[in-house]
Amino acid sequence: MKGKTLNLKLKVWRQKSATAQGKFETYEVSNISTEGSFLEMMDILNEQIISNGGDPVAFDHDCREGICGMCSLYINGHAHGPDEDITTCQLHMRKFTDGDTITIEPWRSAGFPVVKDLIVDRSAFDKILQAGGFVSVNTGGIPDGNAIPIPKEDADEAMDSASCIGCGACVASCKNGSAMLFVSAKVSQLALLPQGRVEAARRAKSMVAKMDELGFGNCTNTGACEVECPKNISITNIARLNREFLSAKLKD
Amino acid sequence: MANLFSSSIGRKLLMSITGLFLIVFLLVHLTLNSFLLLDGVLGFEEGQMFNAGAHFMATNPFIKIMEPMLAIGFLVHIMYSIGLTIQNIKARGAARYASGSKTDDVEWSSKNMFVLGIFVVSFLVVHLANFWVKMKITGDPLLHQEASFPFMGAEAHGENAYALVNTAFQNIAIVIIYVIGCIALSFHLSHGFWSAFQTIGWNNTVWLNRLQTISKVVAWFIGLGFCVIAIAQYLFF
Repeated sequence: MKGKTLNLKLKVWRQKSATAQGKFETYEVSNISTEGSFLEMMDILNEQIISNGGDPVAFDHDCREGICGMCSLYINGHAHGPDEDITTCQLHMRKFTDGDTITIEPWRSAGFPVVKDLIVDRSAFDKILQAGGFVSVNTGGIPDGNAIPIPKEDADEAMDSASCIGCGACVASCKNGSAMLFVSAKVSQLALLPQGRVEAARRAKSMVAKMDELGFGNCTNTGACEVECPKNISITNIARLNREFLSAKLKD
Repeated sequence: MANLFSSSIGRKLLMSITGLFLIVFLLVHLTLNSFLLLDGVLGFEEGQMFNAGAHFMATNPFIKIMEPMLAIGFLVHIMYSIGLTIQNIKARGAARYASGSKTDDVEWSSKNMFVLGIFVVSFLVVHLANFWVKMKITGDPLLHQEASFPFMGAEAHGENAYALVNTAFQNIAIVIIYVIGCIALSFHLSHGFWSAFQTIGWNNTVWLNRLQTISKVVAWFIGLGFCVIAIAQYLFF
């Protein structure tokens, strides 16, 4: 089975290091299969650059199955490119047409400084998780799986929130550089379950405090994050985080 | 409660509560403005209802308490919006996307709340200069015209606020400024109303769409309500 092929012009952000001045470089790639993934197209571009003796374009990627959250390209005005509910690795080249010019940029937000080319430092998300995105579990015998009954609706909603892969598309798409969608998903996935309720108040307070400390912006509920989120995380999670945080603070 | 207002969500809570408070004020204001049109319908002489309403607002002790509260509400809402917006500009960083932002389904007003707010504040300054300053501070010959109206079951005499308003709205330039100001207000509220509930935490998957719809209805009811009254005053009174 052989699909169509594309010839494309790529405008790629090149930046040698975190402190270096970056600029766009234009490349041309040809014979790109419409069946391929965007990252496979990037691989072909890099092979081409290497064989010409150049420095390949640095970009983040890992599982290439849409679940790790590593790939992070801002393509033609969209985080993860012009398709719904997918990560960049799941973006097919059939979304483009022959002769297109594709602009490829790193996430742009003060919270995610560029490391090199298209790679940004997203360790701020790890710091927020370390501040409270966990449940404390004592060692001992394995508890029975059904010992704590959980309503199906709650389990489903917690699972929906837990599908956040922490890719940072929400921050990248936000005009306020706010991390509220990420933090709210990570608070919700535990707040909805009895095991997570125990530390819920402390969790909401410390994760929000860390988010503020790291310089992420204040959410103004534009909803751009929800639209660009590859995992369809709803902004109703943000309302839940606000609820959790405010009730925790009012009890202090 | 410790440090609530030093957190991002705490500061946004202040924006929500003051915003909703200001919306309540707008509804009271709109009710009073509707008196400008209702004399004929309810069998009063032109201006009687509005003058009675203005007299009530000027003499009622509850309103006297609410007046400084309202000023504080405006100040908190404006000051915090400036602070939060500066933080957001910093958080966004200096670098911009060369390919822009093509995210669909984002309300236009939600992306322009601060600019719309500047429009509303500019309008507020004109509005206060037109009426509030004259009624409360400098006085105006129009206010001293003879005005009598039924008040609390008796005939009362007071300032002729109707004459001041009616005269102002005979000027087409003022009417146009009011229409522009009130349309900006509508856009501001169409996002602000539901956003306030979201920030307070009163939202979920069921209420999200409902609140967004209610928000648009409330916003345009208020904004267009003020516009219609100003235009009707210009055309028919």
